[in-house]
Amino acid sequence: MGTAGGQGEYSPVRLLNRAPTVLNDKVLICRNYKGDVDMAEIDRFLPLLMQHEEEGLLCPVLSHGKVHFMWIKHSNLYLVSTTNKNSNASLVYSFLYKIVEVFTEYFKELEEESIQDNFVVVYELLDELMDFGFPQTTDSKILQEYITQEGAKLEVGKSKVPTTVTNAVSWRSEGIKYKKNEVFIDVIESINVLVNANGSVMSSDIVGSIKLKTMLSGMPELRLGLNDRVLFGLTGRDKGKTVVMEDVKFHQCVRLSRFDSDRTISFIPPDGESELMSYRINTHVKPLIWIESVIEKFSHSRVEIMVKAKGQFKKQSVANNVEVRVPVPSDADSPKFKTSTGQAKYVPEKNMVVWTIKSFPGGKEFLMRAHFGLPSVENNELEGKPPVTVKFEIPYFTVSGIQVRYMKIIEKSGYQALPWVRYITQSGDYQLRTNV
Amino acid sequence: MTDSKYFTTTKKGEIFELKAELNSDKKEKKKEAVKKVIASMTVGKDVSALFPDVVNCMQTDNLELKKLVYLYLMNYAKSQPDMAIMAVNTFVKDCEDPNPLIRALAVRTMGCIRVDKITEYLCEPLRKCLKDEDPYVRKTAAVCVAKLHDINAQLVEDQGFLDTLKDLISDSNPMVVANAVAALSEIAESHPNSNLLDLNPQTINKLLTALNECTEWGQIFILDCLANYTPRDDRESQSICERVTPRLSHANSAVVLSAVKVLMKFMEMLPKDLDYYGTLLKKLAPPLVTLLSAEPELQYVALRNINLIVQRRPEILKHEMKVFFVKYNDPIYVKLEKLDIMIRLASQANIAQVLAELKEYATEVDVDFVRKAVRAIGRCAIKVEQSAERCVSTLLDLIQTKVNYVVQEAIVVIKDIFRKYPNKYESVIATLCENLDSLDEPEARAAMIWIVGEYAERIDNADELLESFLEGFHDESTQVQLQLLTAIVKLFLKKPTETQELVQQVLSLATQDSDNPDLRDRGYIYWRLLSTDPVAAKEVVLAEKPLISEETDLIEPTLLEELICHIGTLASVYHKPPSAFVEGSRGVQHKRLPGSAGSVESPDPGAAATETPPAVIPSQGDLLGDLLNLDLTPTTTTGPPPPTTSGMQMGAMDLLSGGLDSLVGLLHQGPPSLSASPSTTTASFGGLDDLFDLGGGVGMPMGALNPPKAVWLPAMKAKGLEISGVFVRRAGVIQMEMTLTNKAMSVMTDFAIQFNRNSFGLAPAGPLQILTPLSPNQSIEPLNNLQVAVKNNIDVFYFSCQYPISMLFVEDGKMERQVFLATWKDIPNDNESQFQIKDCHLNSDAASNKLQSSNIFTIAKRTVEGQDMLYQSMKLTNGIWVLAELRVQAGNPNYTISLKCRAPEVSQCVFQNYEAVLKN
Repeated sequence: MGTAGGQGEYSPVRLLNRAPTVLNDKVLICRNYKGDVDMAEIDRFLPLLMQHEEEGLLCPVLSHGKVHFMWIKHSNLYLVSTTNKNSNASLVYSFLYKIVEVFTEYFKELEEESIQDNFVVVYELLDELMDFGFPQTTDSKILQEYITQEGAKLEVGKSKVPTTVTNAVSWRSEGIKYKKNEVFIDVIESINVLVNANGSVMSSDIVGSIKLKTMLSGMPELRLGLNDRVLFGLTGRDKGKTVVMEDVKFHQCVRLSRFDSDRTISFIPPDGESELMSYRINTHVKPLIWIESVIEKFSHSRVEIMVKAKGQFKKQSVANNVEVRVPVPSDADSPKFKTSTGQAKYVPEKNMVVWTIKSFPGGKEFLMRAHFGLPSVENNELEGKPPVTVKFEIPYFTVSGIQVRYMKIIEKSGYQALPWVRYITQSGDYQLRTNV
Repeated sequence: MTDSKYFTTTKKGEIFELKAELNSDKKEKKKEAVKKVIASMTVGKDVSALFPDVVNCMQTDNLELKKLVYLYLMNYAKSQPDMAIMAVNTFVKDCEDPNPLIRALAVRTMGCIRVDKITEYLCEPLRKCLKDEDPYVRKTAAVCVAKLHDINAQLVEDQGFLDTLKDLISDSNPMVVANAVAALSEIAESHPNSNLLDLNPQTINKLLTALNECTEWGQIFILDCLANYTPRDDRESQSICERVTPRLSHANSAVVLSAVKVLMKFMEMLPKDLDYYGTLLKKLAPPLVTLLSAEPELQYVALRNINLIVQRRPEILKHEMKVFFVKYNDPIYVKLEKLDIMIRLASQANIAQVLAELKEYATEVDVDFVRKAVRAIGRCAIKVEQSAERCVSTLLDLIQTKVNYVVQEAIVVIKDIFRKYPNKYESVIATLCENLDSLDEPEARAAMIWIVGEYAERIDNADELLESFLEGFHDESTQVQLQLLTAIVKLFLKKPTETQELVQQVLSLATQDSDNPDLRDRGYIYWRLLSTDPVAAKEVVLAEKPLISEETDLIEPTLLEELICHIGTLASVYHKPPSAFVEGSRGVQHKRLPGSAGSVESPDPGAAATETPPAVIPSQGDLLGDLLNLDLTPTTTTGPPPPTTSGMQMGAMDLLSGGLDSLVGLLHQGPPSLSASPSTTTASFGGLDDLFDLGGGVGMPMGALNPPKAVWLPAMKAKGLEISGVFVRRAGVIQMEMTLTNKAMSVMTDFAIQFNRNSFGLAPAGPLQILTPLSPNQSIEPLNNLQVAVKNNIDVFYFSCQYPISMLFVEDGKMERQVFLATWKDIPNDNESQFQIKDCHLNSDAASNKLQSSNIFTIAKRTVEGQDMLYQSMKLTNGIWVLAELRVQAGNPNYTISLKCRAPEVSQCVFQNYEAVLKN
């Protein structure tokens, strides 16, 4: 296998067992939830995985006899769930990712050391997260109210089940207090683009995300107003530009049936940071940073690369931290660069040149040239054709034109609260195929 | 200091030391010791010897310590059953603790101790916890019932826990409801016929309400449970769909997929012309597309499911081709699945784009992916005729790359293209021949040899080419040997003069030097054919080949329907029914989609409103009640049934409960029609909807065209009640028409009728899937036997009658051509049965017309050697497809019929029906 050593974490789940980690082919921690799969079955997992990997048939579900392994990998740990039933596979994977999220929030990093350092809490968490293969409470903010790393705090009598655990509002506790009531809204749009080698845009879309940092007392009722075309169509208002969201996904807290009936986004927010919603917009986006690249490979001698980057957005805006990543053959050597702005750097372990431009104003055009030597004895291993990829951020701007029209905050104590909004557009999966 | 220090002690005598520490007086030391024990357990050391010492630490007021001890117990109780009893007292005590966390912890752990001996001690604590005031304890206790059931099902039933669990579905707390649903579903899965999840409109409503309030996981349990429900009619179906669609906006992919499952299933019941049906289709596409932005493993599950959805309802994603374009950094399993879906969505409208993409992929480096991309180009050519030429030239470009596996894959698909479009692209043969030497894979070699043999007359050096393969004949794989044998024989038949020697050589290699029986047999057949009748040989070997189907890898329709019912689960990922990979699931029913819209009629709302439901109608009767949609309203108001009735009905139920379960519902006949005179009163019952047409009411005149009725129940056997009847199929509705005659001396009232469970369930409207076809104990009887019970104020009478199976052939039984081909191939040969129909003097067209009138549809006709082969399909009301090949030889009054069906038991009936129709 690609990474060293075969460490893995096995985590368990749904109908079955185990949580935990493998250290040198050993399970780090595991939990058998149902008792219907023999704990020893997990020993077959790593060999099976390696066998599939060698055959190039890697798959998230592996099976051996009547036992099925569903696994994900987090850094060098494998989280594996085993089952012998027709389990709900999507639930299993969602749950495994949830475990990663919860452990990460508890221990900062999910890795072998953090599991061992906290194995008592890990067992406690595994007990609360799932029962008999049914996921239970997985909200780490709520879990932290009654499962803490300082065991001493847990003396009997002091710890009670927070009522939140079983409430309909299972994501926010009562009695939260802030001196100053504020909510920060981040609207972040990521642009996904796939451009063919001949320069035509094969597919493009925008994935937006609205994140909240809520610092509000009590149990506030919030209503978020966007310039959503469907909403404006329903209410018959038309105030300027509206946006058509192809698909919207909401945090647990948003009342989905309400949104379904009248497009109102109403909710009681979780405390602190959370992703309130995400949306997808299908409109054809002009790639904000356009790349033209010419990569010429002269076998046994050299590679010459010319890349032109053009900012196809408003002159008033500026893209920050732009990175253009251009693939080079794995056996290239002695790099030489020339750039009209920014810096180019060869990253041999990733077989690419990274051209960094700290500040890229709209409408401008920049150039980078690179020259590499090639060995006279050719690498006979066939190499893929990785695309050029681009990273950037453009603040104060959303490509789709989505806007927060209002955020209404009502709490029974009647306090005044301030909403703050920030917009940013960034690159998502931004790929331009090359000829070589 | 972190807990990792506990992992470091590995000295000898460790167990002994731990024992001492566990028995220490100091609390802190005890706790440390337990932590060390758990740490050892975690790394896989056997610390079971410390069992009594650890259990001694159980009675503590330190919650953390208690949790650790419980954890230890769960791990080792099974290996120390006798000592595990020591823990019982503490469990019982902890279940009474004032702190709900401890009560829940105790009840949660209890269920995980899989020791039979102690389970019964746990019943009382569990009973209390199920009624606990704290929802956290109740939700934990609900799951505990499922755990206990897994250990000792009988105990759980005897203790009445299942009823308590059912009551929790009405709990005020959403999490308790969700866990109760999960536990019940889990238990029901192992007891498919227990009717545990007694889903009715009231419970469904409760579940839908809880859906809005519970956690994401609870929503999944509820949605998965809802998917097992079959709505009574399209209106109910629509109203459930309307309440489920908001879940498509949930951030959790698993919630979305479970909602998709419910919608895909219930959509079956909606009439296609309904506006809402179109709305729903439109609502499904965006969330399915968004699933592709999830984590790769979830993308994979989504793609496997989209593959099913695209086959069942291609219209949903037909405009979404672009989202399936492969990204460079997609994991290989995602790439391969995307490719598969791209081919399924390929159409004339998007073929140019698709081809450009496929060409791009074919130059990647991942071998499996590249191969599949090349193959995909070939499939596009076959699927979209207009693109064939472009596909072929793309394939030729790829052959020019000389990348070995690309060339081989291309040749394999070009062979298929030749078969699909004969005499169109043979000009490329020369290019193919240039690459002959580079072919080292059997499939590619066989394909190339096939091409050379098939087009031998246009390839000047065909003999040389084939001869070159012959040198290493014995080293070739069987596939190549067989192909080579056939190709050389073809060549000989086409160019006999130059190739005699060659054919001799191959025949002797195949027959004399080979120990492969298939090869030898084929060799001998050719040899004899060639030596006895070269004309016949030509007809056999050079016969026109059937065209290959456009779509490959289509999942057989019945399986596809089942998989749609399992969206999101492992079955949908494997594309296999759960019975194929889950142990002990063999007896479990296969899920089916509910009957399609159109054949479902909703009960007359007017009648429903005035209905006073007679107490005798058992609620589980909805199973069949739904199915038959019986109108249970008395035709006149008769007041409450006379007291005597209930006794009778109880009797009937008892009797029926043996093998005659599933009551259909009762039909009350008002007295006026039958009480008039003790002499002969005739009432005819039509069946409402599928079986009965009560609509016409009493005394409905009989249609003149009806076949004659037969006496089903003679008066002698039924205390004066005579029943005669007949089955007819009119306008897509099966009707059972009966005449009831009172030959007794007294008045008969309070009529009711029930059907026993029968093989075909008879109606697509209801929960057909409950009545799996052909349970074993029924096989002695003709499948089309129907057991009926009729009751009046005197007694309950049973009789049985046979209905012609053609009643069950539905009007939309015409299968798509390519589906037919795929299905025919897919059904194992063991399921094929052959029959002779003698003395039939119709020609094939007349036969075809005649059969069509009983909903047996001819899909294709082929004539070979004056023999007409008719390919036919019919579909039974319960969704079983029967495929037939009818061979009619001009001048020969004997037909041969081959039937293929997933449920081969029906073949005999179907054959009899053919006979009856054709000879009638």
